[in-house]
Formats: sequence, C-alpha cells, structure tokens
Amino acid sequence: MRQGERRLTVNGEPAAVSFAPYKTLLEVLREDLNLTGTKHGCELGECGACAVLVDGEPKLACLVLALDCQGRRVDTVEGLADGPKLHPLQAAFADLGAAQCGYCTPGILMTAKALLEKEPEPSRERIKEAISGNLCRCTGYQQIFEAIEGAAKRMRDEGSR
Amino acid sequence: MMRLPWFQYRAPQSVAEAARILAGEGDAMLIAGGTDLLPNMKRRQMAPKMLVSLSSIDALKRNGSVYGAGLTLTQVVNSNAPKALRQAAHQVATVHLRNMGTLGGNLCLDTRCNYYNQNYEWRKAIDFCLKKDGDVCWVATASKRCVAASSTDCAPALLALGARVHLVSSSGEREIGLEELYNNDGMDYLKRRPDEILTEVLIPPSLASTYWKLRRRGAFDFPVLGVAAAASPQGVRIALGAVASRPFLVHKANDFLEGKELTDEVIDEAAKLVASRAKPMDNADLDLYWRKDVAVELARYALRELRGDDMRETRLRIARQLV
Amino acid sequence: MKVLGKPRRRVDGRAKVTGQTRFADDIALPRMLHMKLLRSPQPHALIESIDIAKAKAHPGVHLVLTGQDFPVTFGILPVSQDEYPLAPQHVRYVGDPVAAVVARDEQTAAEACDLMEVKYRPLQTISDPVEALQNPEPRIHAYSELGNIHRLQAFEFGDVDEALERADHVFEDLFFYEGNTHLPIEQHASVAAVDGEGKLTLWSSTQVPHYVHRSLARVLQLPASHIRVIATPNGGGFGGKCDVCNHEMVVGKAAILLGRPVKICLNREEVFYMHRGRHPVLMKFRTGVTKDGKLTGMHLQTLIDGGGYGSYGTASTFYTGALQTVTYEVPRYKFEAARVFTNKPPCGPKRGHGTPQPRFGQEVQLDKIAEKLAIDPAELRLNMVAKPNSLTANWLKIGSIGLEQCIRTVVERSAWKSRFRKLGPGRGLGLACGSYLCGAGLPIYFNKMPQSGVQLLVDRSGQVTAFCGATEIGQGSDDVLAAIIAEVLGIDPFDIRCVTGDTGITPVDLGSYSSRVTVMMGNAAIDASNKIKNLIAQATAEQLEVAPDKLVFANGRVAFDGRSVTFAEAVSFAEEKFGTLGALGSYKPPRAPGRYKGAGVGPSPAYSYTACVVEAEVDPATGWITVPKIWIAHDIGRTINPVLARGQVEGSVYMGLSEALMEEQVFRRLPPKLSRALVHKIPSLLEYKSLTSLDMPEVDTVLIEDPDPNCPFGAKEVGQGPLLPVMPAVANAIYDAVGVRIDELPITPDKVLRALELKAAGKTPRVGPTSFPAVPYPEPVIVPPPWEGGDGNAVKGHERTKLKVSAA
Repeated sequence: MRQGERRLTVNGEPAAVSFAPYKTLLEVLREDLNLTGTKHGCELGECGACAVLVDGEPKLACLVLALDCQGRRVDTVEGLADGPKLHPLQAAFADLGAAQCGYCTPGILMTAKALLEKEPEPSRERIKEAISGNLCRCTGYQQIFEAIEGAAKRMRDEGSR
Repeated sequence: MMRLPWFQYRAPQSVAEAARILAGEGDAMLIAGGTDLLPNMKRRQMAPKMLVSLSSIDALKRNGSVYGAGLTLTQVVNSNAPKALRQAAHQVATVHLRNMGTLGGNLCLDTRCNYYNQNYEWRKAIDFCLKKDGDVCWVATASKRCVAASSTDCAPALLALGARVHLVSSSGEREIGLEELYNNDGMDYLKRRPDEILTEVLIPPSLASTYWKLRRRGAFDFPVLGVAAAASPQGVRIALGAVASRPFLVHKANDFLEGKELTDEVIDEAAKLVASRAKPMDNADLDLYWRKDVAVELARYALRELRGDDMRETRLRIARQLV
Repeated sequence: MKVLGKPRRRVDGRAKVTGQTRFADDIALPRMLHMKLLRSPQPHALIESIDIAKAKAHPGVHLVLTGQDFPVTFGILPVSQDEYPLAPQHVRYVGDPVAAVVARDEQTAAEACDLMEVKYRPLQTISDPVEALQNPEPRIHAYSELGNIHRLQAFEFGDVDEALERADHVFEDLFFYEGNTHLPIEQHASVAAVDGEGKLTLWSSTQVPHYVHRSLARVLQLPASHIRVIATPNGGGFGGKCDVCNHEMVVGKAAILLGRPVKICLNREEVFYMHRGRHPVLMKFRTGVTKDGKLTGMHLQTLIDGGGYGSYGTASTFYTGALQTVTYEVPRYKFEAARVFTNKPPCGPKRGHGTPQPRFGQEVQLDKIAEKLAIDPAELRLNMVAKPNSLTANWLKIGSIGLEQCIRTVVERSAWKSRFRKLGPGRGLGLACGSYLCGAGLPIYFNKMPQSGVQLLVDRSGQVTAFCGATEIGQGSDDVLAAIIAEVLGIDPFDIRCVTGDTGITPVDLGSYSSRVTVMMGNAAIDASNKIKNLIAQATAEQLEVAPDKLVFANGRVAFDGRSVTFAEAVSFAEEKFGTLGALGSYKPPRAPGRYKGAGVGPSPAYSYTACVVEAEVDPATGWITVPKIWIAHDIGRTINPVLARGQVEGSVYMGLSEALMEEQVFRRLPPKLSRALVHKIPSLLEYKSLTSLDMPEVDTVLIEDPDPNCPFGAKEVGQGPLLPVMPAVANAIYDAVGVRIDELPITPDKVLRALELKAAGKTPRVGPTSFPAVPYPEPVIVPPPWEGGDGNAVKGHERTKLKVSAA
C-alpha cells in the first residue's frame, strides 16, 4: 500500500522517505525519520507540544499532512544547535530552569526561535502571546519567559542568529 | 497517538481543477489549513474518501480589496482588513493554528458541541448523537434539530461588516451575502453546496468595527460568545457568534440603532436587545446561564468601543492581551 | 557550601533542550509491535461475553488478550488489590480496560479493537457520593467496608466537643473541592521487551518503578529477578504516574507471549481515564476559637468520591485528615472520613495528596474567623503557628518551621498592611498558608528496609557514578543526587554520572511521590558519599602526611594547607590502598511517636511550610476574575539548586491557581430515563482547562531557609507544599475584592456573579455546599494528645480499627 518516495527537507538536509498519505508530519518525523525530539500531547492541536517550523513559521506537526511538506523547509529541535554549540535559546532554557520535565520544551524552543527571528527584542507581553499556544504543566511559564528574554539579549549582544 | 483514517489526496493547482475534482467525487472534502478537519477526522467525526487540498492554489491567497479564502488567519491579522476581522482572526485558537488555519476554513468551521467533538470511543459510550451516528440530541433531547454551536470568530465580524463571499463550482460561480451562507442547523449549517469552493471574501468599506470574544483562557479556546459591531454609512450592524448554530445579525438591535447617536442610554438599550437574542446551549465551556447573563455586558463593550471609548483595560482583562 | 545554593544548569538540562531526553514513547526497538486497549463504554456492567474472533483474524493482528488471561489482581496498596489488568467480568467506569490487541501498528490494533464484540449486562450507575450512600447495592466492590463506602475512618485526639464548648466562638463551615487531574503533557507510554536471556524489561513513564516491578512479578507470576523496570524520564508526573497501570501489566504479558517488543502509548482521552487525580471532597469544619484568636479544637468531616477502584484511596482518606495539625497549634482534633466508590475513573494522589482539600477549607475558615474577631488574617496566623520541635495533637513530630518568616515575607513584599481591605471595590488581597510532608514516614507495603539506597562507583579516572532507584519526573531528582554527592566530595555535579530509576541495576528507592526524593535519596547519598570520602581521605592523608579529618574536598581537589592533589589522584591512592572502590548508602526515616493504628499516615522526617498572598480583581458586572500577582515564600530548609527550587515553587503556584480558577475532572450523567451513560465531560486538553502563558500572573518567589536536622544539609521538600496555600488565598482575595465567599473550587465567574447577585438581594453572599449528608462514621479511635497524657496509643477503639484492617 505504500506510496512512492517523497522528498522532504528536514533541518536543512534532504530526506527521501516513503509514507502513507494519511500520515501527519508528526508521525513521519517520529516514526519514519526517527526524529523523536518533536513530542506529542494530544495530536489534535490542543497543546503545542509538536510545534515545528515549516518554512520558518511555527506550525503543529500533528495537523500538517506530511504530503503537504514536500518542497518545504521543516525545522525541528534536532536542528537547533550549531554542531556542538547550543542555540542561545537552548542554553538559556537549560541554564534558567525553563525546561523542567522537558516535554513541552522542543515545541516552545521552536516557537520562540520563530519569534526571535522576527522580533529580536520582544516585550514580555509579546513573549507571553507568542508561546500561548504551548501548554506547560511544570514551570508556571515564568522561567520560560526569562529564558527567552535572556536568549534574545544574548543574540542581540552577539549579533548572531 | 490519534491517527487519521485512510484517504486519497489531491492537491490541484487551480480553483477550476479543484472544482472539477470535487464535482467528480462523491465523497470528497476540501482541506485548507486542516486545523478543523483533521482533528475531526482523527476523532472519526468524518472520514471522507478523498481530501482535495486547496493549499497549492495561489489564487486563494489574494490580499487587498478582496480577501482570498486561502489566506492564513495570521495573514488576515497582518492585513489591512477592518479591525473587527483582524481582532477576530487574532483571537482564533493559537499562534500555531493561526499560521495554518485559513479565513475560508474559519468561515466554514464545523459546528461544535461537547457531545460531538469527542473521540469515537467516547461517542460510543453515549450511543452517539444526532449530529453523527446517533438519533438523540443530548443537549436538548426533545429537539429534532441538532443544536451544535457555530464557533467561528471571523463570521460574526464579517457579518457586521456586511461582507459577501464568492463561491465557485464546476458548473458556475455566485456571490452571496455572508448571512446567506449559514443555516441555523447544527448538522446542515452551511448553504454552500458540497461541490462549491468558497474562494473570496468581499468587504465593503466601514467607518469603525470591533469584535469581542468571550472564552475561558487567553488562547486555544473557541468562543462561547462573540459580539461584533461595525459602523458604516449605512448604519451600525451587530452580529453574534457562538450562541446558535449559525452566526447572525441582530436585526432588532440594528433597526433600533438606525439614525441614533450612541449615547450611554442607547447603548444600554441596544445591548439588551442584543443579549435577548443570545441563546447559548449547555454544550460548550462555562456555565450556560452565566454566558447568557454576561452577553449584555459584552454587547455594551462592543458598542462603547465602536463609539470610540478607550476600552483597552477591559479588553486586556477579557482577552488577556491587546488585540 | 560549594555547590548547594548556587544557581546551576541542571545536570540533565542539555538533553532536555536538544530533544535527546528519551521519553518512553521515543523508544523504538527492532520488530516492535503496538498495542491498543479496548475499554468499556459502560459505566457499570458485567461482561457476559467477548467475541474476539474477528479481531484475531484481522490482518496484521498478532495477539488478542482479555481478562481471562489475567487471573491475578493488583493494586498500589496492599489493602486494595482490586484491579485486574483487563477486567474479566465487572467493569466499573467508562474506560475500564477489557481487552487488548497487539498488531503491526497502532492503527491496525485500533481497527481490531473495534471488531471485538463485547456483550454487557448493565448494572445501576452510581454517579456520586450521595448515590453511593443511598445505594449500598449493587456493590462496586465486594470488599468495601459498608455498601459502596470503601473506607470509613474516625479519630479523636482529645475531647473536641468539650473544647468547642469552651471556645468563645464556634465556626461551622461547609466546603467542596471538585476533583481534578494531573494533565501531564506526556501521555503514559510503556515498552516491554524480552531480552536474550528470556527476561522481561519494561520501560515506562512511571514515578514508581519499584512498585511496578513488584506488581509485574505478582500479576505475571514471574520471579522478580526476571523482571527489570526502567522508569524513563517522565514528561510530567504530578502524581499521575505513581500508580501501577493496567497497560504496564498487559504490555509486559504481550511481550512475553510474543517474544517481541511491544509498545503502548495512551491517547489523551485514555490519560483522563487513567486519572488517579485529586479526589472530590465535601468537607464540614467545626472549629472553636478564643476571642483572642487561638484555636481550641477542630472537628473535620469529609466525604470523598473515590471513583471505581481503591488506588491510593485509603492513604488519601487518611491524608484529608492527618496533616491538618501541622501548620497551626490545634490542641484537640477530631476527624471523620469516608471514601465511597462511584462509577468513574479512580482517584488517587495529585500534588499535595489529600491535603489541598482540607487546607482550602481551613484557610478560608480562618479568613472568616479573622474577620469576625477583627484580627488581621496574617496576625491571626502568626499567633497560632505550630512550634518547632513539637508534637501535634495526633502525634506527628515537627522539626524546623520557617512559617513565621514565610508569613512575614509575603506580608511585607505584598505591602499587605497598607493594602489589605484597602484596595477599593473590585480589588483584593488574600492570604493563606500550608505545610507538607518531606516524604511519607512509612513505605506503601509494610517493611523495615531502607526507603532509599544509593550506590557509588568511583575509579582512578576520577569519575563518579551514582546509582539510585529514584525517578526523574522533571523535578530534578538527578540534579539533587549529583549536587549532594558533589558537595560532599568537592567535585563538580557535571562530573557525576547518574544512573537512576532502573530496578535491574539501581538500589531500591520507593519512587517520586510524597515529596520524598530530596530527603530520602539525599540522606542516602550523603551516607554513601561520606563512606567514599573517608576511604579517599584515609589514603590521601597518608600521602600528604596529615590527619584524614584535616583534608578539605573542594574544587575537584583534596587539600591540606598549600598541598593538594586532584580528586582523581586522591581516588587512585584510595584504590591502591583499598582495592576497587564503591560505597552504599541507605536511608530510613526515624520512627514516628504515634502508636495508634492509623498513625502510619502523616509522619515525615520533616515538614515544609509556605505562605502566599494573592491579589485578585473581580469585575462586579460579570464576575470575571483576574489575578495580576502572587507572592509566595516557601520554607525549603536549604536550597540545593535555586533555579530548580524556584521552578518547583512557581510550577506549584501555576497548578494551584489553575485548580483554583478552572481545572475540574467532571462527568456527565445522561438523562437516566434514556441512558445509563456516565462519561467524562471533557477528556481533552482543549476542554479540560488549564492556564496558558497569557493567564499566568507575575509570581514573586522567596525561598526561606530554616534547615531541618533530619534532612540532607537541612534541605526540605519544594515540589508540593507551595501549591497548598494558593487556592484558599485566591478565595480569600476574591472576598476582599467583592465581599463574596465562594466556598467551593474551582472559583468560576458564574459562581462569583451568583454570589454578587445574592449580595445585591441582601442574602448571604456565598456560593458553596449547603448540606452534608448523613455518613455512618464509626465510633472514633480515641488517642489523647501528648499534652493530655498518654503515650501515643489509642485508649479506645483500637480493636475495631484492627479488625477492619484485617478484614480489608
């Protein structure tokens, strides 16, 4: 029943993979590409745990058909670090307590990355709004806000992305 | 993990091609952002044999004097659309879902009900319901009609703005007032024929407009009440969402407001007329009676903002953000 | 302190931000199959037949299991071994598992589940405690104490009626706390596989691998030595993964029968059915108080909705009473409790286990008392804080108490004195306090063995590996383990490898529940570290020619005066002198002074304390509630890692506020004339409401350090206690804002508006329970409090309780 191979670009690398048409990006990432860094909490668009970037925009992998991602750029948490060097968001999340159990973390990191690429100096209110589609049950969000602010500052200081 | 049932998938490049496929297939459904359809399919509320994707059709992304149905809600928020529509689009679901969901999708959003938006296994435990696979409407057991609630935010805003929509099928096209798109029936809630594609939204000029959404949290939640108000040279129009199976214009209030200045007294009177039309059912979040009780307040907020009052503090409290 | 108290990246932080933390559902093994459970759509029924033929014949299906395959029951408590992995006959809630399919993929397994035909004979649905009291039959469980009452408890510590008669005022109040659930974002998942030797390994998102290990041995009738349970890092626990789960048993059996790895991951709806969350509790408080604001006695009655199985319920029932005496001086205390069975998913422990409900009642009642006596609520509490190193009326031993300082801190930082009752209409402040266990004094099954063990392996390379059964559920238990060892040995926590939560290779630790890990694992870690340190010190002292106790272990070196060697060199000396190095440490809590039957629930090596002020704004026209800010101070004893400690406090504030305002695990009974259905109203992350980032207020957090001698470096718990005062502080703030009492949780705008309407009509401005049904509580076990003589034994009623327990 398998369809032919399809081409996706995940974390900058081309991937040829065959999957059934009913599979969502979430399933293909986790089950066919073995990229289990992207998590799931409901698969219905109700928690934000599976957020990834599609052409740079945060979207929910659980409601994106993998078929629709052909020719698009998909970025997941696995591609966030630059080799051994953590992305400033990753470093800030690890240092400042923004990841407790770490389960909602990949989705929030990717969402925050998209925010900071558009707005290098977001206010606390903008940060709150940007991650309001990512439920976290551990932190109470405060340390997440602080980590995003900390990373934004570091990225501005370093003038890097 | 919740998974989709099997389906065939087509991604036409043009509206005409999409319309042709749709006409030729008995059991096909359109998919744009997928944020409404895919969860419903995962819960087996629907299992079409074919999905016809609209996401590759550039013509549906027009953004200017007309708004393409394929614009994402984020694109609508960032557009030059009237304020009520931008406020409505901004308050749909979450950042991620707005990056995916489209204007046309939000207008065609399936009606919602706590007895219906549940997994197959859950619905089996209540022996299903009138809207899908069952015989009884559990919200109103004597009702012959499904009372699932229209939950679109954009529709009340666009109704108040007097918008029209463009529908295309393989046999022709037509333009109708948005009000004519909806039926007050939780099952047969759209007058769009199954072979038609909603392609564009046309919005006439307005002077001012606003949308107020009542929901529990600052994100995720569907409206339990939506109040839109718009002023144009033709007068003030108020529309309600989430309190019936269709969004609707409150003609009684709109007639009352004709030619009147929005004084406190006029606003109070109009708000009461609006609230009297809000008939929420016990099939959504929050206490039913409370939702009815506060409709008058929300209507008042909308009219005051339309008048030009600074409602930012109230909006911050209700919406948890400035929108 | 070289390590403790300094903000640090947690030792497992990097894995969490790179997506490398492997949660249970991230595991994929060669030839792995997938399992799905078929669950009962009936709330209460007997299974007449199950036809599995079609499911078995479905292409891709490898195995179908039913209740007939599992003759042995299990349960977390020895007194309630009342669950079958798959119900063989009697289903007790919508969602009770009745069959399992193992197939090539999840989709196929789900399809096959739908092909099974189960015939049920429906029984009467028991939907709430009142129905349970009214209908002793049909019995949900044959072993319950009386009809559908699962457990009855009654204890009296001193003559409470006499104390209330003596009081200047007696306050009688009813409160209701709706049930709610943990809602971890990670859905429960387990993978079972048989290894090359034919032994079973289970990876599972569990907080209690040790108890899962025991249950698997019992249910699968295998030697425990042939089973290995590995707790994968939990994507949130909060108590929701500290019961043994049906799917863990079934997936284990399937892997054994098929000889292939089998995985199951629950969907979100199933997580709501797994539940084991906060019990709905109806409470009646009668409290005597003198005119200057001293409590004379308290009488608490509870009626607890347990759901369909025992779970931790017997312990939960005790906890609704036992810790009421630990916060303030309560000279005499009586509590009567009843837990009933209903046809809903079983309740169990959620953050605060059994104590948030009565804490809510007591703290709101204190607010009412303060107002009546015209005493500031903060002063009232300061005047009655329990004393350090004291015994409570029910014979709990309290060590350090930082509560006074906590209260003073939040009062000062919130500018309480100038703002309470002075913020004007629609705005208010509320204060409340709480206390919590630092680990349950007794293990879940009776034994006198250690409750936590730590093993250290140290070698000439300088590497230290720590083995411990403790379970990382996000709270940072690995970080605590590394930090404590690092502190003792003077090395960097990142130089320690933590191997945890694996019953095959780590010493027993009972698990991540009851806030026990820091204290119990921490003390065991100190024990093991000191043993290693002594060996290293002895050997190094010889080399440096000093006395061993003069050596300082710090900054990765072992030093005396100007002379020092690296830690690795020092270890080499020790390895040369003593041979291969290792050490074991263990911990068992001190024996509690209470001697009466039932004294086992409540004792702890130490208690943590918290005070909280909530600011609330209420819109009088809609009842809409906004919480702009919360101040909280928590007596943590000593802070191990302030970054993580603050996260625990703020996470507790978040969860408490979410419970206060919106979370509820509620059910829908369809019209009984038309249907027997009793379903979870909203089993989804969308409709079970929890706070988003936009709903979360600013939190001002202060950690108060009052070290407790029973705790590692004085460190007490921080994961649960800070939740307790939040809910009552919200209720009290709403009263300050608009003068209405909402005596039930959650506090929603409709309840506030209803109370405001009552107020406007000149009626009592209160929404809450108005009656307490007649509950057949037994004669209480009578235990004199320490200051009224006695030795901690019961003087009356002991025999009855004993009989009841053995009958159970």
